[in-house]
Order: sequence, then structure tokens, then C-alpha cells
Amino acid sequence: MSASFLAPDTEAGVAAAVAAAAAEGVPLGIEGRGSKRGLLRPVQAARGLTLRNLSGITLYKPQELIIAAWAGTPLPEIEAALAEHGQHLIAEPPDLAALFGSAGPASLGGIVATNLSGPRRITGGATRDHVMGIRAVNGRGEVFRSGGRVLKNVTGLDLCKLLTGAHGTLGVLTEITLKVLPAPSATGTIAVRVADLADGVRVLSAGLGSPFGVTGAALLPQGGVGLGGPLAILRLEELPESVAYRSVRLRDELARFGEVALIGDAESRALWRAVRDAEPLGATAEQAVWRVSVQPSAGPGVVAATGFGQALLDWGGGLVWLAGPATAAAHANVIAAATAAGGSFTLFRAPEPLRAAVEVLSPEPPALAEIGRRVKAVMDPRGVLNPGRMRAGL
Amino acid sequence: MIRLPEPKAEVMARRAEIVAALRAIVPGEGVISETLRLKPYETDGLSAYRQPPLAVVLPTSTEQVAAVLRLCHAMGVRVVPRGAGTSLSGGALPLADAVVLGLMRMNRILEVDYDNRLAVVEAGVTNLGITNHVSADGFFYAPDPSSQLACMIGGNVGMNSGGAHCLKYGVTANNLLGLKVVTMAGEVIDIGGRHLDAAGYDWLGLLTGSEGMLAVVTEVTVRILRSAEGQRAMLAAFKGIEIAGQAVDAIIGSGIIPVALEFMDRPCIHACEAFAHAGYPLDAEAMLIIEVEGSEAEQDLLLGKLKEICNRFDPISLKVAQTAEESLAIWKGRKGAFGAVGRISPDYLCMDGTIPTGELPFVLKRIGEMSAEYGLQVANVFHAGDGNLHPLIMFDANNPESFHKAERFGAEILKLCVEVGGCLTGEHGVGVEKRDLMGVQFTAAELDQQRAIKAAFDPGWLLNPAKVFPLEGNPAVAPAALPRAA
Repeated sequence: MSASFLAPDTEAGVAAAVAAAAAEGVPLGIEGRGSKRGLLRPVQAARGLTLRNLSGITLYKPQELIIAAWAGTPLPEIEAALAEHGQHLIAEPPDLAALFGSAGPASLGGIVATNLSGPRRITGGATRDHVMGIRAVNGRGEVFRSGGRVLKNVTGLDLCKLLTGAHGTLGVLTEITLKVLPAPSATGTIAVRVADLADGVRVLSAGLGSPFGVTGAALLPQGGVGLGGPLAILRLEELPESVAYRSVRLRDELARFGEVALIGDAESRALWRAVRDAEPLGATAEQAVWRVSVQPSAGPGVVAATGFGQALLDWGGGLVWLAGPATAAAHANVIAAATAAGGSFTLFRAPEPLRAAVEVLSPEPPALAEIGRRVKAVMDPRGVLNPGRMRAGL
Repeated sequence: MIRLPEPKAEVMARRAEIVAALRAIVPGEGVISETLRLKPYETDGLSAYRQPPLAVVLPTSTEQVAAVLRLCHAMGVRVVPRGAGTSLSGGALPLADAVVLGLMRMNRILEVDYDNRLAVVEAGVTNLGITNHVSADGFFYAPDPSSQLACMIGGNVGMNSGGAHCLKYGVTANNLLGLKVVTMAGEVIDIGGRHLDAAGYDWLGLLTGSEGMLAVVTEVTVRILRSAEGQRAMLAAFKGIEIAGQAVDAIIGSGIIPVALEFMDRPCIHACEAFAHAGYPLDAEAMLIIEVEGSEAEQDLLLGKLKEICNRFDPISLKVAQTAEESLAIWKGRKGAFGAVGRISPDYLCMDGTIPTGELPFVLKRIGEMSAEYGLQVANVFHAGDGNLHPLIMFDANNPESFHKAERFGAEILKLCVEVGGCLTGEHGVGVEKRDLMGVQFTAAELDQQRAIKAAFDPGWLLNPAKVFPLEGNPAVAPAALPRAA
């Protein structure tokens, strides 16, 4: 916990706060609006820096598919502005307030710093794929930019990607420019009752390998929307005429796997919002939550190997949400399962002592870890930005 | 005029020894040192610049690449990685004291996995080679740069290549899962894998588009996608550039994102028509090629809506392809645009700035004015949906003054792109071509920070050291100025 919180309302204020921390050698616990404080490792910092006062949309050009906002802008504010013009955030970032038991909404900066994406990630790309430009403050307190406000840009090293998902350890994001797209006017879901999870992933693969532009492919082990499980669900998002046509084609194609149901627009939207926010996982307050990313065909094996009864598979089966006992032994199980499947793990939510004691992210090969330390030293030479948030000692 | 760093005398003096050591790693035809046989490697797609390298090495495995890099690292020899050599920004331009590390013999498709929708390929597999390999099963690899017949996936990763269809499917960075790379020190590192969004820093994202300065890519795991049921194109021609720009705005604003939305101006229409006889309207000032995907009925629906939008802008002609053949005919001119311009003027520079699409009319008007000022013809063909311009500046390479004028004209266009809120390069990369303009887009401190990140991967500045950053402040020229980590 941080003893004191700085809450600057300008970028210059952020830069000054970091510069002072660097000069004094005081580590900073950095957050957007603090909705995901329980994510990854706890930061031991004497001083906190929140971006909640650095808020507001700075540029929105619907015709150019571009929106920019200060990092502390509440995500719902951005989503509402986009909705007014019939547009949306492509990566469908989750609202994890319930999962983390937090009161307020996520910030744009927090979503980008954690690179969180929802079901549409499987075909629409991740949050990191849509970050077109950033302004940020490095560990020296210097403002720098990468990318810009155009949709295609390969000028110089892509520090947008480096900072996205870096959890504030390489720089404090101050302003972010995102690519956005028109929101589809209709949504539909094809639900298939399957025998087991492996069968379910086969259904999802058949859907994703079809020419019908599936934008969501998840597996609910316990079922949902009044249907028993395991239930494979596939989403279509298009013009209403296309959703109607493609639903029927996909239904016919997937009927060989099991009983098929079509789910209409309103119910579909609610269902996928729940999947996005990991609600079907049903994690209780005392459980730990993991996210494991593997190739889709390996997803069911990960669930089986951990022995946990609670799971939710998204991204065609490749994103495995797990809920289980908040113990080092359970964590070791997840590590073993993810590693055996050639994937990576994140201890997403756990009580502080466990998060502080274990590796919360897959380790990197030694040569890459060494490069990582050097890059950290370039961006944050005094080690004041969220020290230890991702890995101990970094 | 592009300057290159002074060759290191001590490296030049040890040439025979270096070549012999390379031959011990890559036997037979894999090492080239004879003057005549070095010729094909002295330039790339930016053929105005030529520089024979010290030697060329063409390894056939990651192990050989690692051994070559370990050797060069130990001997302080600079290395320039090269795929097919199609870079339009001089990304593969050699240095006199550098070994060119060509990946073209590493051209095997190692695995295709339809269940997980991925392919594992070596760096020297061509872009189109991936699609050709999976197309019979209905799949494709999405990024489609104009050079896709020749360009290699390793180079695509290096440059983060785009193409005509990235409005819908994204660029290279959006279509990768994993890389096998070798650092300048010769360490082999697997980045990412067969899964999405590996935990930790996004090294995959940082390496993509790093122009061969951070590590050498030897293997790539790409995502492959199932093709839509079908696609069809339409052509819409307008009386003015501004009007066409407004039509583009209206299309995007309508909520329809076509898979491709290409723009050609009058000079380009004329050049392409003379070349391809595609039936382009010669009285138009601007023309759009718009492509949609889906079933026949879905195509009809979308093309109907697009036609309705275009009709609001008083088009000179509006032609919706009725068959796949008619679509191909519409695309034929566009796909041959560079060749068509090449028929009018054998020498041209292809620029690559990106601008906010709202600035399109202003920027095209300014380019027209500059064309008159410089007395050099320019044809514009570009990806309208994402504002990625490709002005083709025609000049006479036999006349040095004409070439220098073309370069100054190009630089002025790119500065204009940055001034209106855009960038120097959308998909071709900085290379040597735009290296000295980087100060237009970035502050000195921002460039120093990027240089320091390069140094975190390659502390000795041996890997493609004369690209992307201006030579001033570049340790490849002045080692004393090497950016420090702390």
C-alpha cells in the first residue's frame, strides 16, 4: 500500500511527479483509476500516482476511425462517446470490477497498460493491436511519444506495443490514441451442446475455420442461457441480413457435433458481455483466478491437468480462465499445466501474500530476461515505476 | 544524398579471414565473396543506392545463423539481414564492411495446423508462398504487400508490412503468434509461441517493424485465416479529388468497412489504363476501388449500399463487378500500378507517408502544387481507408539533378504528412531512405530513447547499424556516443 497518493491533472504534473520520485529514489505505485489493484504482484511503493484526474477525450474523429483520450478517462465515458457515433472498441476490453471487487470503472490507461481484451480478440485483435499512438512519461520524468493518430505507422521502434501490457513498469501512459470501428448492427449466437471440452474446441475450430466471420468462440463447461453444458458458443456480428444468413449456414454446418440452438440479438449481447467479464467462471471471493493462453487445441488439456472444477474457455479454446484454491500448490499445478501445453500463465487474482510469494507471469528465457532488464534500465533507470509489479526485482 | 558510416579499417583488412570463417560455418555456395557475384546484393528495392558488401552468407538453418552472428559479434563485423531484397526504403542496403545475412535459403514451410489456424514457416518463405500453400484448403495469410510474390515473411516482420487489405485484416504485427530470432550475440530466442498475447512484455510487437536492428528472424509462426465465401469489387470515379475524399468519409461513416478501399488520381488512372486496359474512366480526377466480402447475396447487399453512397457524390462512372472476372479486371490496373508508372518513367520514387484521412484533399492539392514547382510528375495511388499515401515521383536517373530534385520533393511530401498529423512511413519502413527525416517526427530525446532500446538488444551496434536513425548520434559512426542505459 502506498502511504500517499499523487493525483496530477496534467501531463506536466505526471512528469514532475515521476521526476521527483526519480530524484529522490522513491518508488511509485502507478495506477489508472485503481480498478485492478489486485492484478499481478503487489507493488511496495511509498508513494502512489493515480491518473484519475488526468481524464477526458482529447480527439475523436469518427470518419478517421480514431479516438484519443487522457489515460485516466473512465472506459465507459469512451464507450459512450463511441456509441453516439455507432462505433466501438474493437478488442472489447472487459469490465473486471466484479472480479476484483472494485467500486469504480476501469480507465483507458489501465486497460492499455494491462493489454486486456475480450472475446473479439480472436478475430478482431487485442487492445495492443489498436493502440495507434501514445504519450507517456519515462522513469526520468521525460514525456515521450510513439506512433501517432493515423491508422498505419511504422516510423521508428513501436514503443506503443512495448508499453501496452507493460503494467506501468516502463512508462506512465498519459494519452492514448486508439483505432476504433463501426459497431455491428446485429449480433447472433450459435450454441452447440457438446460431449466434453475437447469436442467443444473442435466445434469452435470448425466455426473459426468457416468463411462466416465468427467474432467470438467460447466454451462454457457448465452451460448457460438456459442450456446445459458443456456448451460451445459462437458469435456473429454483422448487418442483420448477414447474421440471419450466416447463423443458418453455421447451424447447419455444426449440427453434426450436437444439439444446436440459435440465440437472438439481445440475449447474445448479454451472454458475450458475461463471457468478456469472466462471469461464467463463477469464481468465489476466496478463490484464486488464473488466465492461461495456449493454442486452442491444448485448452481442454490444461483444464484437465489442473484438476480444478471451474473453468471458462474463450478465444477458440486458447484462453483458459481457471478458478481454484489460492495456494502455492494450486499455482504450481497451473504453471505445470501451462508449461506442458507450451503456453503462458498469469496469476490474475489472488490474496496478497500468494501474489507476493510466487511468479505471477510465465518466466522468460534467460537471454530475453537479460534484454528485458536492459530495456527496463533504459526506460526507468532508477527503478521507480511500479517496481515488482510484473516480476520480483524488476 | 544518403551517407553511410566509414567502413572499419580493421574489418576490411581481415576480409579473407572473415570469409574463410564464414565458409567453415556455411559450406559450398552459401558464402559469396567474388566481386561479380556480390553485385545482386549491392542494392534492394531502393535501387538508387548501391553498396557492395564485404561478403554475403546464405545460411540454411537457425544454427548456422547463430554461428554466423556469434562469429561476426566476436570479430566486430557489422551484419545487414536481408530477405528478398524488395525493401523500398533501403532496409537491406549493405555497408562496405558488413556481411549481408540472406535468409532466402531458409524457405521451408515447417507446419500448417488448421485446427489452431497457424503456420510455422522459415523466414525465407515468400509472403504469397504461405497463402498459396493453404489456399486449396480455403485459408490465406492476410497481409498482402504489393511485392507479395517476391517478398519474404522475415522481411515482412522486419518492416511490419501492410497491403491493400489491412483495413480489415491488419498489418503483419496483427497476424503473428511467434518468432524464432537470433540476437547479434548469437543467442537463439523463442518469442511468443502458438498462443495469443503471451504474458510479459510484448517483445513480438517490439521486434515487428524493428527493421532488422534488434535481432535476426529465422522462423515465424503466423495466423492463417479462412477466406470469406467470395469477394467482389466496384469502381467509382469522381470529378474531383475532394469529392472522392468525401465519398471515402461517407463510406467509413456509414458503418461499412470494405476489405479494401483504394484511391488513384488522374495521372495514375491514365498510366494504369494505358498499361492494363482495365476500362478505367480517363476523364476522372480520382477513382476508388472498393472491395467487399461474403456470399453473393451479401456482396449484392453491401455493393448496393456502397453504390447508393457513391451516387450522392455525382460520380462520373460507377461500375459494380458482376463476376469474379470483372472484379479481377477492376483490380488489374491497380495491382499493376507501379509497373504502369514505370512504363511512363523508368525511374520513380515511391513515397509512403500516412495522413489523417480528413487531410486528404489538402495534402493532394499541395502535392500537385509541389509537382509543378519541382517540374516532376507525380502519380498517387494509395490505401484510402487508412490514409496511407503512395505518391510515385517520376524522375530521370541518368540526370543526377533530376534525382536530387525527386529526393527533395519526396522529403517535402513526408514533412507535409507529419505537419498535418501523420507520419513518415505507413508500411515501407524508414530504412536509409527516411532516416535523416526522423528528426521531423521525433525529438532528439525520443530518438535517443529508441537508440538505447536498440542498444539493449545489440550493445555493440553491429546489426543493421546505419538504418532508421540519423547518423548523427548514431554509435555506428561515433561509438563514443553510444546511448547508455542509466
